[in-house]
Order: sequence, then C-alpha cells, then structure tokens
Amino acid sequence: MSSVTYPQSTARADAVSARVAASRSLTLKASHTAIWLAVCAIAMSFAALTSALIVRQGTGMDWKPFVLPPILYLNTFLLLTSSATLELARKQIAGAAANSQSETRLLSHGGKWLYATLGLALLFVLGQTLAWHNLAAQGLFLATNPSCSFFYVFTALHGLHVLGGVLGLLYANRRLTLGFPFATASPLSVAAVYWHFMGILWVYLFLILRIRM
Amino acid sequence: MDQASTQKVVPHHEPPHSFIRKYIFSLDHKVIGKQYLGLGLVAAFVGMALSWAMRIHLGWPDASIPLLSKLSSNGAPGGVITPEYYLSLMTMHGTIMAFFVLTAAPLSGFGNYFLPIQVGAEDMAFPRMNMSSFWITFLGFILAAATFVIPDGPPISGWTAYPPLSAVGPDAGPGQGWGQNLWGLSIACFTIASLLGALNFLATTLDMRTKGMTLSRLPLSVWGWFITAALGLLAFAVLLPCALLLMLDRLAGTSFYIPGGLVLSDKLQPHTGGSPLLFQHLFWFFGHPEVYLIILPAFGIIGHVLPTFIRKPLIGGWRVLTACMVLIAFLSLVVWGHHMFVSGMSPYSAMLFSVPTMFITIPSIIAMLIWIFSLYGADIRFSTPSLFSLGFLSLFVSGGIGGFFLAQPSIDSYLHATYFVVGHFHFTMGMSAVFAIFAGFYYWFPKMTGRLMNETLGKVHFWFSFIGMYGIFMPMHFLGFAGHVRRYSALVDDYLIPLIPTQRFISIVALIVGAAQLVFFFNFIWSYYKGKKAADNPWEATTLEWDTASPPPFDNFGGRHLTVYHGPMEYNVEGSKGDYVMQTSPEPIGEKT
Repeated sequence: MSSVTYPQSTARADAVSARVAASRSLTLKASHTAIWLAVCAIAMSFAALTSALIVRQGTGMDWKPFVLPPILYLNTFLLLTSSATLELARKQIAGAAANSQSETRLLSHGGKWLYATLGLALLFVLGQTLAWHNLAAQGLFLATNPSCSFFYVFTALHGLHVLGGVLGLLYANRRLTLGFPFATASPLSVAAVYWHFMGILWVYLFLILRIRM
Repeated sequence: MDQASTQKVVPHHEPPHSFIRKYIFSLDHKVIGKQYLGLGLVAAFVGMALSWAMRIHLGWPDASIPLLSKLSSNGAPGGVITPEYYLSLMTMHGTIMAFFVLTAAPLSGFGNYFLPIQVGAEDMAFPRMNMSSFWITFLGFILAAATFVIPDGPPISGWTAYPPLSAVGPDAGPGQGWGQNLWGLSIACFTIASLLGALNFLATTLDMRTKGMTLSRLPLSVWGWFITAALGLLAFAVLLPCALLLMLDRLAGTSFYIPGGLVLSDKLQPHTGGSPLLFQHLFWFFGHPEVYLIILPAFGIIGHVLPTFIRKPLIGGWRVLTACMVLIAFLSLVVWGHHMFVSGMSPYSAMLFSVPTMFITIPSIIAMLIWIFSLYGADIRFSTPSLFSLGFLSLFVSGGIGGFFLAQPSIDSYLHATYFVVGHFHFTMGMSAVFAIFAGFYYWFPKMTGRLMNETLGKVHFWFSFIGMYGIFMPMHFLGFAGHVRRYSALVDDYLIPLIPTQRFISIVALIVGAAQLVFFFNFIWSYYKGKKAADNPWEATTLEWDTASPPPFDNFGGRHLTVYHGPMEYNVEGSKGDYVMQTSPEPIGEKT
C-alpha cells in the first residue's frame, strides 16, 4: 500500500493540514449522523411497502404464492459475507493507522478486503437477476400476480440500494486517500453502517417474502 | 449532544470564481436558499394564475379567457374552460402550491439561507448534496409545468391523485396519459430532493453548531426547521413507494390499487384485485404530515420574528414552544385516517383517528396562546414583519377552528369534500403559512440584500391581503355548511344555484387580493435595486444572522468564528445595558437557559 503525506517542511503547512483535518473531521461526524438518518428513511420506505403487501394480500383474494428461487439462499450468504469482509477491511485500516507515525494517516485504498466486499456485492446483484430469470422461466412476471409484483418490487428496490451502496463504498475508498483523523472514524465506517443495513434489510425482506408465500 | 462542536477557520468549500459556480451551480447555501425562494415565487405566481382562472370560471362558467385557449385548445375551446380542464387547473394549482411553494419556500428557501448562519456554521453539512437538492426540485417543477404544454394537458385527479382514476391511464379522461406520468415524475423528484435536504438540515443542526450554541440556545426558527426535517424524512419516505406503486399500475400492468371489473370509456380495464383504499392509506400517511411540514417552519419563523417586534421573550421560553412543535410532529403521524372518515372504515377506526386529531389541537392552541399572551405588556413595534406575524395568529386560529368540526367523523360525513374543507385548509396553509413566508421575506430581506423593503407598500400589501383573504375563505365555510361539494366546476344543481352570488363575491375578492400580491412583487424588485440601505441589524434582533454583514460574506462571518453566550430571546432583560442582548455578546446577564 503506498501512502502520501502532506509536506512537512513548514509549520504553516502543518497548521493548514491540522485545520483541514479538523474540517474533514466535522464533515465525517455529520456524515455519520446523516447515514443513520438515511437508514431510518429507507427503513420507513420498506415499512410502507410491507404494509402495502399485507393489505394487498389480505384484501385482494387473488394472491397466488410461488416457490422462491433457491438461488436466493446463496445470494443471502453472499451479501452477509460481504458485510464480514467489509469489517475485515475496516480492521485492516485501523491496524495500519495504529502503526502509523503521523496523526493523520493517508492510505491509498481500502485493501483487498474492500475489493472482496465489492465483488461479493456485484455477485449478489447478479444472483438476484438470476432469480428473476428463474421466475420469468416459470411465466411469473411483474404483473402476473400480486405475489410476483411484490417480489420484483422488493428485490429491485433493494438491489438498487445495494448498487448505491457500492458507489458509496467506492466514494469512501477514494476519500481514504485524503486522510482522516482516527479520533472519530473513517469514511469507510460511515459506508459500513449503510452496508450492514443492506444486509439486515435483505434478511428481513427475504423472511417477509418467505412467510407470506 | 449538547456539546457544541468547535468550528475551525477552514473554508468548508472554496469560494466560487466562475459565473456558473457563483450563480447557477452554487454550493453556497445562501445562493441555494435564494434559488429556492425564487422558485417559490415563480411557482406562487403560476399557482395564483391557475386559481384566478378557476375563480373566474366558478363565478362565470361561460366566461372566455383568451389566454387559456392558446394554452389548450382542447381544454378551453374559445377560452371557455371545460369541466375536465377545470379539474386539470385544480390539480396543478394544488400540486404546485402545496409542494413548490408552501413546502419549498419556508423550509428549503429560508431554512437553507438562515439555518447555517443561525447555528454559526459556514455552510450546510453537505453543500454538493444541497445543490443537487435544489436542481432536482427545479427539475420537478419543470416536469409539473410541462403538463400544461403536452397535447392532453395536466392530470384531472387532484393533488391527491386517487386511484382508480389516476391509475388506469388515458381511458380515465384527458390528462390521464402523459399528464399523470409527468406529475408522478415531478412528485418523485420533489420527494427525493426533500429527503436529501432533510438529511442536510438535520446533520447541520446536530453537528455543525458553533462554540456555545447549545441546543437550548437555538433560535426557534432553527427548531422549526429541525423538527420539520425530521418529520419530512419519515413522511416523504412513504410517499415514494406510494407513488412508485401507482406508476407501476399505470405503466407495468400491476394491480396494486386497481380493482377488477372496472369499465371506463366503454373499455374493461385489464386489472383485478387491487385496493384503492391502500393508496389512500399510503398517501395520507404522507399527506397529513405534509400539511404539518408546511406549517411547522411557519411556527418557527413566527416564534423567531415575533419576539423581535414585541421586545420580550415568549412565555415559556424556547422549551414550551419547541415541545409543542415536537408533539404536533409526533401526533401528525397517527391522524391520517381523518382524511378517510367517509371511505367506509369502521366507526371504531374512525374513533382511533378522531381522538388524536382532537389531541393535536392542544399543542397548536398552546402555541397560539403563548404568542397571543406574550403580547400582553409588550412594547409592540408595528412594522410589516410584525403585522404579518400578528396576522398569522389570527388566520391560524380562524382556520384551526374549522379543524374541530372536521375532526368529528359524524360532522365530517356531511362536511367531507365540501367547501368547508377548502376554506379550512386555505386558512391554515394558504393564508397562515403564506403570511409566515411574507413575514420572513420582510424580516430577512435587509439581511439578504442589504436594503430595506418599502414600509408603506408593505402595509398596503398586508391590509389588502389580510382583509381580502378573510373575504375569500371565510364564506367558503358557509358554502360548505350549505352542502357545496368541492371540485365542482359549475353550480348547476338546484341547491347550488342560490350560492352563485357568494362564489362571485369570492371570485371578485380573489382577483383583488391577487392584484395586491403584485404590490409585493413590485416592492420586492424595486427595493432590491433602489431600497434604502439597511444597517447590519435594522430590527435590533439578537440572533447570529444579525451579527454579520448584510448580505453575509461567502463564509457567513468573514473569517470570524463566533462564540455564543446567550439564548435567542434576550430582549428587555433585567440588568442588561440596552433593550436587547445579542447571542454573541459576552455581556453577562443573570439567566437560566
């Protein structure tokens, strides 16, 4: 891992880097707050969709359950594993930082565990589209039945949020190179909050779909 | 959480240099705030023009409005509005006013401009997200406006867009093809922008306060914006899936909301099993908090402006008013069913919604009484901002009383979807919230531009608006009692014909009040260029925005990082030197925060 440091030659440069770090620290703190709030909002959206499912199933009288494609179990495993690899990535960064000399340690990237996380995420999304192919092969499309409709809506919305999380991880990875004070946390820990929520959300959605079929 | 964050002197983002960065794609919260306010003013003008067309038609159904025939030869052949086009005008009037004026201006407009300054920050927590929030909102407005220029015209389903009408597509009527699609996209843009904006507001208030700015020293306007943002996060998050399912029903053939067996325009609709009531629940779960999203920033603005002009703190300090706002926000999430009393729900469910609806009047009344009783013994300064604040009190009480009637399912069975409801919500939203917006404009114009607005024109604007708006919307309550159903484009039934003179009276007053708003527009534009130069603190107010130049420099405080010593309402304090103590003044006064 290569690292870049600010010029240490002048006292003014030191002062500037300390102030920049403080400003970034503030934004990082705000990012932490904001990501938790975003998690609340997304949870609220899926709560609304859950109640829509329950009502539609109850009042429609035309709900036809179907067997969930088995690949979903593999996808669940992939997504939860990606949470584990993300935690490994964070541990690696924290370890590297503890070994560093300067207060603000700059890293070029999150390391191999971060790439593993991204890879698993993309495999998850691929697996979800394979589940869709499985359903389509059985003649179950978006409008075929409300049960399929909700399946497609849940998986599509969750998948889009996962892809958004992938972009977020890439962005956090880039910000790692700019440095961050360890007194608060790293940009990756902000992204991790969202990422773990994606895993928990998927488990919840999977259970709801399973129970309701 | 009560520890203030230490703000270092580092530009949150670099000052802009190019024209585009300075005025168009700006990261500066002040420019973004002004952009929102500008959008709100344009949207208000469009919404008002739509209401003028509606009012002329209601009073004189055969009247010809030549401009409209140019806009839509189908909807207004020869300038005479068809019943369907009336519904289109009504739909877009409601949509544009509720979203792009009443939600955008007091929250995104003034909030973006003043929240960072009032908490002592250099900018919002996420300037780039802030900029995208504005431009996504702008796109939403363009999409809404676009519904007027497409061949089929705007949708006719109301701002509430109930299915099956809104969900089946072009078979349901004019504007139900691409008009409704564009409407849905417009709402989706607005919702996403609002969610991102709410994140910004909350994170900035929690994490970017300057030294000494504890939560107990926040100005009441900041509390208003903060509570609104929290509520908006929860409410808008439900609107998005609600609208998504509607669009899927329209475009993808699903049947979330559309029941089976519907025959429209002689065509059997290919849907089955859906529930229109499901839409109503999802929509109103958002829709009721939405109206509180409109009024809570107004509460905050009035709670901020009034003490300045009565030269004394509000009774109960910041705590009681803030507690009222929090309680209103919380209760607003559990009352949505009162919009659905006549939808066939069980009377027990109706009771479950009616009781909290009655409860929610309690914190609202406490807030009103705080403001009214704080006037006792006060040295009231009657400038235009304070007139609009006092007018707000009168209008909100008048409109709120109508709410008592509508909260009872038994009375609501009669009054639902009559003009009584139209009068009620126009009083509370269309007048009270608008008066708070005007109070904000007149109060903060000197800070934003460095010039004062003309007081005489302001007072003319106030009196015409205040008396005129009573003249427009109070008679609507009586029309409601008489059974006048809302959204009717003409009064042709026997029981409605005696009400025609009242409708004509309302229309005439509405056009006069509309003209009075032009006084405001003129005053605004003239004062922008030629108004008397304002001092930094012309109202002798205490909060942080008055401790910087007018208009504020790029980083809000010109390189200073302020320390806050006092609360926001230190007027006429015992033992202080002057009649007010600024929040940033180190002068010690005996106070309990």
